[in-house]
Amino acid sequence: MKKKMVCALLSAAMVSSMLMGCGSDSTGDAGKDAETTKTDDAKDDAKDDAKDAEEETTASAEGGKVYYLNFKPEVAEDWEALAASYTEQTGTEVKVVTAASGTYEQTLKSEVAKTDAPTLFQINGPIGYQSWKDYCLDLSDTDFYNWLTDKSLAITEGDGVYGIPYVVEGYGIIYNDSIMQKYFALEDKAVDISSTSEIKNFETLKSVVEDMQSKKDALGIEGVFASTSFKAGEDWRWQTHLANLPIYYEFKDKGVSDAQSIDLTYAENYKNIFDLYINNSCTDKTALGTKSVEDSMAEFALGKVAMVQNGNWGWGQVSGTDGNVVNAEDVKFLPIYTGVSGEEGQGLCVGTENYMCVNSQVSEADQKATIAFIEWVFSSDEGKKFATEKLGIVPFSTFTDDEKPSDPLGLEVSKYMEDSSLTSVSWNFTAFPSQTFKDELGYSLLDYCNGQSDWDAVVTQFKDGWASEKEMAATE
Amino acid sequence: MQKALKKYFPIFALPTVLAFIVGFIAPFLMGIYLSFCKFRTVTNATFNGFENYSKAFANQDFLNALVFTVKFTVVSVVTINVLSFLLALLLTKGIKGTNVFRTVFFMPNLIGGIVLGYIWQLIINGVLLKFVGQDIYYNANYGFWGLIVLMNWQQIGYMMIIYVAGIQNVPGELIEAAKIDGASPWQILKSVTIPMVMSSVTICIFLTLTNSFKLFDQNLALTAGLPARKTAMLALDIYNTFYGRIGWEGVGQAKAVVFFIIVAVISLTQLVATRSKEVEN
Repeated sequence: MKKKMVCALLSAAMVSSMLMGCGSDSTGDAGKDAETTKTDDAKDDAKDDAKDAEEETTASAEGGKVYYLNFKPEVAEDWEALAASYTEQTGTEVKVVTAASGTYEQTLKSEVAKTDAPTLFQINGPIGYQSWKDYCLDLSDTDFYNWLTDKSLAITEGDGVYGIPYVVEGYGIIYNDSIMQKYFALEDKAVDISSTSEIKNFETLKSVVEDMQSKKDALGIEGVFASTSFKAGEDWRWQTHLANLPIYYEFKDKGVSDAQSIDLTYAENYKNIFDLYINNSCTDKTALGTKSVEDSMAEFALGKVAMVQNGNWGWGQVSGTDGNVVNAEDVKFLPIYTGVSGEEGQGLCVGTENYMCVNSQVSEADQKATIAFIEWVFSSDEGKKFATEKLGIVPFSTFTDDEKPSDPLGLEVSKYMEDSSLTSVSWNFTAFPSQTFKDELGYSLLDYCNGQSDWDAVVTQFKDGWASEKEMAATE
Repeated sequence: MQKALKKYFPIFALPTVLAFIVGFIAPFLMGIYLSFCKFRTVTNATFNGFENYSKAFANQDFLNALVFTVKFTVVSVVTINVLSFLLALLLTKGIKGTNVFRTVFFMPNLIGGIVLGYIWQLIINGVLLKFVGQDIYYNANYGFWGLIVLMNWQQIGYMMIIYVAGIQNVPGELIEAAKIDGASPWQILKSVTIPMVMSSVTICIFLTLTNSFKLFDQNLALTAGLPARKTAMLALDIYNTFYGRIGWEGVGQAKAVVFFIIVAVISLTQLVATRSKEVEN
C-alpha cells in the first residue's frame, strides 16, 4: 500500500512538471504573451547595456547617474531605447525601470527606500505631492520649467516648483463617425440635426443616443455606449474621470480648487450622463461587474458600439485590437455633456496626471545628471521625436507646431484645445482625497447599476466619503 | 560522531540561520516596529505610539473583514476536511483506477491562486449570467460561496493525500480484531480508523485553518472585495489599507500585526486541542 502512495505522489509530481513545461512553452508561443516576453528581454538588454556603459564610464568625470522609474508600461521599450542612446552620446548612465500597470506607487515606495533610489520619478498631482514632498527637488531654476508653455500646470508650493507635467491628455466621449453618419442618414430618425458636430448639449445627445439605441439593429450595433466597466480596478472612468465633471462645475461656482467638503450641487448632472451610459449600452446593467476597460475599447474597435468614454491614450487600444474595423479618420471626440446650463461652450476634459519630479535625497551630481537628461529628452531632435510619437501632447515651448502628435485622438484633443470658443474642463480629480474615496464611490456606483441601492446612496457616499477621507488626510 | 555533530553544528546551521534571520526575523521585527510608526517608505519612519492601532480598530472595514474571514474559515475548514476525508476513505477501498483518481484530485493544488481565482471567476460568472442574469459582484453571498467552492476544489486533493497516508497506516490487525468482535463498518470507522488518524486530522485542520485565514490571492483574483468590500478578507483589507490612503501605511502595518497575533493564537490553540486527542500507534 505504501508503494502505491509513493506512486501516486511521484506521478503527481511528474504531471506537475509536465504542466509547468507546457506553461512556459505556451508563453513563448502565444502571440498575446509575446509582447510581455519581449519587454522583459528588452529590459534585460537595457540593463546589460547600462552595465556595459557603467564599466565604460566609471572613469568619466561627471559621476552623476540617472535612474528613471517609468509610469507608462506601454512606452517602456521606447524609454529604454532613448536612455541607451543618451548613454551612448554622453556617457551618463541612465537606468530605466518600469512599474507594472497600476503598481507605480507600490514600486516607487520600495525603490525609494533603496540606496540606489530613482533620481527621476513621477507623481500624479497635488495629492501625490503631499505624500512625496520630502523627495521632491525645487525645479524652479531649470530650463525644463522655463519651457513650460503654461506655468500654472506645474505643482508649486511657495516659490518652489516641485512637479512639472510632461504630457497633457484629454478625455471625452469617443465616437465612431461612420456609425453616426449611418444614423443621420436614416429617414425615420427622431432628431432634426444631421451631424454629430451639431450635438452641443446633453439634451441633444440624449435624444440622439436614445433614438440610436432603439434603432440599433438597423445600425448594426449592439448598443450605443460600450460597457460601463466595473471589474475591480477598472472603474476609474466613472469614479474618477466622470466624477470630475460635477466637481469641476461646483469648484468653478465656488471659485476654489480644493475643498474639505463638497455639496455636490451637480449630482443630477452626474446621474444624467451615467444613466445615459448604462441604459443605452451593449451590456445589461446588472452584468457590468465583469467588464474591463479593455472589453469596452474592444467593443468600440469591433464596431459593436458607437461611443465610449475614454481619453486620447485609448487610440493604441482601439488600433491594436484584432479585427479592428474603425478607421482612423472616423474616430472623433465629443465633450461629456451633462445638462449644465451653458455647456455649449464646454470642451474636452484636459489636464495631466503625470508630473516629473527629481529626487531631492540623492547626490547633487545625480540630480544634475537627471535634469540634464530630462532636458535632453524634451529638446533634442531624437527626444522630441519620441515625445510626440509616444507620449502625446507635450506642453513645452521647445516643440514647434509641426511636432504634434499624429494619432487621431491626440489630434482631436489639440483641435479642441485650440478652439478659442470652447473652455476645456480642468482635471479636478487630482484633488480627490484618496484612492479609498474613489474605490468606494466605484462600489456605490456598481450597487446602483445592480439595483441594490438608489442614486441617493451614491450621492451620500460621494459627499460623506469626500469629507471623511479629506479629514483623515488632514489629521496626518 | 555525536560530538563532531555538536562541534560543527553552528557551521552547518549557519546558512539556514542567516537566511531565516534575513528573510524572516529581521522583516518581522521591523514590521512590528513600523506598526508603531508613521511612515511613507520603510526608511523614513517616525514613531507615533499606539495611534495606528486605535485607527485600525476604529476602522469598520477591518471588523467587517474579520467577521467575513471567520465565517469563511469555519465553513471552509469543515467542508474541506469532511470532503477530503470521505474521498480518502473511498480511495483506500481498492477500487479500480485509484491512482488515477488520486492524481486527478491532487492536481488543482498545483495551480497558483491568482490563476485559479480568474478561472473560477469566469466559470461562476458564466453560470450566473446564464441562469440568474447577474454576476458574482452582484451579491456578497455569491462571492462567499464562490470562494468556498474555489478553496475546496484547490485544497481537497492535498488534504486527501494526507488522509490517505493516515488511513493506510492504520494497522490491519486492529481492523481485523474489530471485525471479529462483530463491529459494523460504521463502528470500525468511528472507533478505530478516526482515532488512529487523529495526527493527520491535526495537520489537515492546521493547514486548512491557517490557509483559509491568510487567504489573499484567491480573494483578490475572484472578487477583489466586490461588492463594496463585502467579500474582502483580512489579508486583502490590510493590503487595501496600506495603499488606499496617503499616510495610512502604519495603520495597515498595525492591522498586519493584529492579524499575525490572531492567526498565531487560533492555530496554536487548535494544535493543542487536537494533539490531545491523538493516540499512539
